[in-house]
Amino acid sequence: MIDRDEVLHVARLARLQLSEQEVQAMTGELSAVLDHIAKIGELDLDNVSPTSHVVEVTGALRPDEPVASLTREVALAQAPAVSGDGFLVPSPQA
Amino acid sequence: MNNTDIFDLSSAQAVAAIDAGTLSSGELFDAYRARASNDELNCFTWLAEQAPKDATTPPSQSPLNGVPLAVKDLFCTEGVPSQSGSRILEGYRPPYTATAVARLEEAGATLLGKTNQDEFAMGSSTENSAYGPVRNPWDPERVPGGSSGGSAAAVAAGLAPWALGTDTGGSIRQPAALCGIVGLKPTYGAVSRYGMIAFASSLDQAGPLTRDVTDAALMLRHMVGRDPRDATSLQFPEEVSLPSAERLDGVRLGVPQELTGEGIEGGVLEAFQATLARAEELGAQVHSVQLPHAPHALSAYYILAPAECSSNLARFDGVRYGARAQDAHDLLDMYTRTRHDGFGAEVKRRIMLGTYALSSGYYDAYYGRAQRVRTKIAEDFKAAFAEVDLIVTPTAPTVAFRLGEKTADPWSMYLNDYCTVPMSLAGIPAISIPCGLSEGLPVGFQIAGPVFSENRLLDAAYALEQVLGFDGSPARVSGAGGPA
Repeated sequence: MIDRDEVLHVARLARLQLSEQEVQAMTGELSAVLDHIAKIGELDLDNVSPTSHVVEVTGALRPDEPVASLTREVALAQAPAVSGDGFLVPSPQA
Repeated sequence: MNNTDIFDLSSAQAVAAIDAGTLSSGELFDAYRARASNDELNCFTWLAEQAPKDATTPPSQSPLNGVPLAVKDLFCTEGVPSQSGSRILEGYRPPYTATAVARLEEAGATLLGKTNQDEFAMGSSTENSAYGPVRNPWDPERVPGGSSGGSAAAVAAGLAPWALGTDTGGSIRQPAALCGIVGLKPTYGAVSRYGMIAFASSLDQAGPLTRDVTDAALMLRHMVGRDPRDATSLQFPEEVSLPSAERLDGVRLGVPQELTGEGIEGGVLEAFQATLARAEELGAQVHSVQLPHAPHALSAYYILAPAECSSNLARFDGVRYGARAQDAHDLLDMYTRTRHDGFGAEVKRRIMLGTYALSSGYYDAYYGRAQRVRTKIAEDFKAAFAEVDLIVTPTAPTVAFRLGEKTADPWSMYLNDYCTVPMSLAGIPAISIPCGLSEGLPVGFQIAGPVFSENRLLDAAYALEQVLGFDGSPARVSGAGGPA
């Protein structure tokens, strides 16, 4: 149901590198899971509205008042690499 | 008080003993700290060195009296490793504390340790942790369930008085069932999700794993409430009471045919039926109800939850925190290799599944349809609750299974959540209580109610607990490698 090319395409979308072994395993496993999931295709769902949130929430906005946030030093403390006062990453175009 | 007596106390009893002056909070903490440090089940990923000095706040200001609390790893705790069972967050020490943990600490709970879990809460056996599997104190060759398996096993083994977990599709209730303890998933929104490392945001909910129903009520009381930092959190409409019901007179219990037949192990069904008989003796009326779309809940869940996870886990890219792959030749290479190295097999599977379901050309067939199935499931429950007060099912289709037994076939693992996922999709509260043994292993009895019916659930669970008289002590004796 999902072939090797699709697995590679989806992995690219997910920014996920897969080893050759993982690609092979994923093709079989995802197909098996999708076979089960596909059973919802049998249901008549015309005129049914979608639910994304189950409990009704109204007036969820809090007052727009500035409060203290993390200091720059604290925000950078867990980063794998920093440069000056920012996160350091490899160049997008090496 | 000697250690045997200390470990016999529930959390509520420990609070009372400290009030009465027969036990000090320091003594209690030290006893559990020592016992937890001999953990042979791999429940903990981090243990506190000592109780914080301010744990001796006077009782009037601190209703939980310093009772130690084990916390699932995915709750952010300031300065304390919070790795969500993942290699990609190895060594991560957050700069802030999750609201649920902060509220319990404000009420006087003391952080004892962080508990092992399936990576990012994805799993039903706690075999998917980067920090090794957790074992079940009833039989160390078997899994504790998951994903809150470390929390459940720690409470069952008496390594912690009580623990905090999270439930997305059954991750509190199923491990509670497999370990013979109480687990409660509150109404979606009852407890703030702020500071919980997210899996599926429309489903994730924090809740207690405890030795008995009273402890579950006591912990829940100090967790609920609106939090300005979680826009989906809600004001709990009443105080959470400590349960006291002795009878179930007039309570209508609905038994859904769809969740109590095919696929449920014989011994589990027997224990379930025996518990229904006890409920009738207490005055409950047992009715058959229908949840026609419940058999499709698992399919809908395994579209919605992976879709949300694929989005939530995009944040793990090696830039701001956590691990990063070295010697990348450009930014994209750094992202893709960091994620390859940092995520385990099940997390990769779910990210792939979710990304596929959300990708162009498949969105309507998968995500769109799953959201419509969710509507039908919520409507099924609404219709059922017009006829009955509470719905009861077995919590899990089987007792605890052997390590490795279900890892090769993802769908066989996913079937663990067959009876718990429908309530998650509907956002309603559900509790699992231990109701007996099958082949020497605990069986869970699940009670679900309408939105914000936690007090009624707890009362019904309490009344049943009194007559069932489940004995969890065998797990506490064997759990720490010997008598307490």
